[in-house]
Amino acid sequence: MQYAVLAPFLTALVVPFLFRYIRAIHTGWLILPIPFGIFTYFLSQLTNISEGHNQHSMVQWVPSLGMNFSFYLDGLSLLFSLLISGIGTLVVLYSIFYLDKNEKLHNFYVFLYIFMGAMLGVVLSDNIYALYLFWELTSISSFLLIGYWYERQASRYGALKSMIITVLGGLSMLGGLILLSIITGTTSIREMIAASDTVLESPYFTGILVLILLGAFTKSAQFPFHIWLPDAMEAPTPVSAFLHSATMVKAGIYLTARLFLLFGGTDIFFVLVTGFGLLTLCWGSYMAVRQTDLKAILAFSTISQLGMIMTMLGFGTKEAAFAAVFHIFNHATFKGSLFMVAGIVDHETGTRDIRRLGGLMTLMPISATLAFFGAFSMAGVPLPIFNGFLSKEMFFKTSLDLETTSTLAASIAPFVPALAVFGSIFTFVYSMYFFFHTFTGKTRGELKVKPHEAPIGMLISPIVLVLFVIIVGLLPNMINEPILTPATAAIYGELPDKHIVFWHGFFEPALYMSMIVVALGVILFLTRTKWQSVYNWIPGVLSANKTYDYLYNMQFRVSEKTTRTYMTGSIRHYMLYILIFIIGATGVTLFVTDGFVIDTSDLAPISWPEVAVGLVMAIAAIATILMKNRIAAILVLGIVGYGLSLLFVFFRAPDLALTQLIVETVTVALFLLCFYHLPKLDTKKQPVGAKTLNIIVSVSVGVLVTLVAIASHSSKKFETIAHYFIEESHHLGGGNNVVNVILVDMRGLDTLFEITVLGLAALGIYAMIRLRDKEEME
Amino acid sequence: MRSNDIILKTTSAIIVFVILAFSVNLFLAGHNAPGGGFIGGLMAAGAFILLYISFGLKTINKILRVNFRYFIGAGLLIAFLTGVGSFVFNQPFLSHTFGYFHLPLLGKTELATAVFFDLGVYLTVIGVTMTIILTIAEDRG
Repeated sequence: MQYAVLAPFLTALVVPFLFRYIRAIHTGWLILPIPFGIFTYFLSQLTNISEGHNQHSMVQWVPSLGMNFSFYLDGLSLLFSLLISGIGTLVVLYSIFYLDKNEKLHNFYVFLYIFMGAMLGVVLSDNIYALYLFWELTSISSFLLIGYWYERQASRYGALKSMIITVLGGLSMLGGLILLSIITGTTSIREMIAASDTVLESPYFTGILVLILLGAFTKSAQFPFHIWLPDAMEAPTPVSAFLHSATMVKAGIYLTARLFLLFGGTDIFFVLVTGFGLLTLCWGSYMAVRQTDLKAILAFSTISQLGMIMTMLGFGTKEAAFAAVFHIFNHATFKGSLFMVAGIVDHETGTRDIRRLGGLMTLMPISATLAFFGAFSMAGVPLPIFNGFLSKEMFFKTSLDLETTSTLAASIAPFVPALAVFGSIFTFVYSMYFFFHTFTGKTRGELKVKPHEAPIGMLISPIVLVLFVIIVGLLPNMINEPILTPATAAIYGELPDKHIVFWHGFFEPALYMSMIVVALGVILFLTRTKWQSVYNWIPGVLSANKTYDYLYNMQFRVSEKTTRTYMTGSIRHYMLYILIFIIGATGVTLFVTDGFVIDTSDLAPISWPEVAVGLVMAIAAIATILMKNRIAAILVLGIVGYGLSLLFVFFRAPDLALTQLIVETVTVALFLLCFYHLPKLDTKKQPVGAKTLNIIVSVSVGVLVTLVAIASHSSKKFETIAHYFIEESHHLGGGNNVVNVILVDMRGLDTLFEITVLGLAALGIYAMIRLRDKEEME
Repeated sequence: MRSNDIILKTTSAIIVFVILAFSVNLFLAGHNAPGGGFIGGLMAAGAFILLYISFGLKTINKILRVNFRYFIGAGLLIAFLTGVGSFVFNQPFLSHTFGYFHLPLLGKTELATAVFFDLGVYLTVIGVTMTIILTIAEDRG
């Protein structure tokens, strides 16, 4: 099984070489067998799975962190694997005729195969980290595919948008999964489901659910995250057919279904999933009627259908789970074929604008037939040849008998059927609009190309898909036993006892609902021009896209503004930040920890020469600030240095005193040398506010350092190690000068690096001055 | 205007040797009395600077044909090799030892390997100080 996931990735590696060296044959032909092989492999697993023998295989990755490529094949993942590899094969076949050999085929197939492998990984992974890895890989490869014609601005915009939104959700999903694994102590989804009691009792339950659902909703384009899907239609049509109708957008559905056993049946799950699902269903179908681009209609239709599947998953009943699985299958077939037909129309007429199309029925009879089956199945027209009707009927039926457990859920439940009917009416309208407006009536406007029927190769894939629409519509129980039943069992945990029948009898309310949908749908479709102005009221000027664009631009403006506010480029300001932070952090710590203590028991006596020197130093230090002349300031500062060396003498540190004396002399001399070249001290008056702030900050720093010094002197926690040095210096180091022995012997390493620092400083000065001169000369 | 500062030159010529001697004294005495490589080095640099101040850059450069930048490298190398040397005796980096020897003229004398390290410090400090000051002094000079 791991080879099935690995194969597309390996193919992606080889594709560029095939494209480079075998130019005579379209690259697509060479790699077509790969998805087909995977498809047959999964087909061969059908009997195993329906008999309940689930497959499991594992490749270790980072076992110490619980990260493994652990693959698990049960009914649900088998259904998705079949869809991915099956539709993948058809899409590759279709793309061979859709894309010219002059296109950047190597890019296209690499991205497509990476996506295929990632998608298989998502649906087969049992390990949450592997799941997340593949999840993000689908986001990235989808980003690359949407931006396939990267020279177009709209492609780049759509790619970026989808990337931002799906990665946002992906990250939040990762958060939820990590929380789950912390609570349950495992990284395997199956073991998590087994430990579902722990999860339900956990205080993080709501958080986990919201985080994971955010991931599922963004990926599956649920309201209000649906906005990326219409913009993703900038991708080549095979991509739209594959990713944005059949596979990737169902990853969120898959995740919700996969974790259904963990969350399903709880109130919050019902409210969130059903609520957002219904909202998406109604909004998507309502907005689809407004679109003028064939692919945009299909995009909104996908959004709406995904909302419908989500709604069914939210119901939490066994019948609803079965209906959801059924509709996942049906939607993949008819939506895939519709996208391919839209691509054919685009390819053969040069436009996708529905306002310029019409009357293509006689010119493109096969495409028209295919579109007829796809669109009518999508609309749920009650005829047994359309599989869409069967699952939609189940949707109505399950929406009528909801088991509600709490008042909140019970207060919502009665509205569900009404909203479902509302959404389905618009679904009917846009399906009719899609078909009749493109293929009947008169040709509108001048088309760039003279329309004619597509080559047979392009038609094979939609024909296969439409055959499924019809066959499943006629004989739904053919896929019931091998595919739908195990998938439902995997979602719900129990085997459904479902026999799909077309005819429920006269007194089924679900049938009446379908009738209402068709009747109202026909009326609305015929009077479409009369009520279309309703879109000026709802949504009117409001749109999620505008919100997205606003937020997107806003973040740049806000962050730029923020950065400009504090990154002024003035060193004075940066010093202020640093010092204020030090005052804040240290001061608060001192205050909070009660760190300030005064212990006067261990103080040395003070003699008057020390006081005198200290006073002189203090006066000199204050005078330095007030000096108007640079040279004078340096000289006065020198007093402080010499005073310090005097203090060293008083405190019996001859080495320090000597060093300080010489170093002070050298620095004063160097200062004088440098400042000689500088212009006169800038006596520009600083504003009073800034000056006051300077004074406050510097006084606070002084006070704080004093306090810290007193406090640390007063709280000596350990014996000093000085005694050791004094005792051992002669014995071990062979010297009586303890300071020197410490410097060269006991802690010679410090000295070694200090002289290195000195050396570097000298070379730095040399380089700075000499190299500057050389540059100036050049 | 060229002034003939003969007093400065004469006294410098004598004092320089006093300072140099003092610097060597500080350096050698460092292990047992205040002093050591750092102060000694600074002191020696002071002596050289006095020479430069009294006699001018050109004159001294002719007499002292020394490139003080090499002092930095030499000093660092000596200090480092002293540290590495302890590996030869299977000791950790920068282990020092000392001993008492009877030397002609000096009698019983303490000799310590730490002095080599200090020598490195001494040379580096001379090199650093002289490089900095001469570089700045020669700038646009």
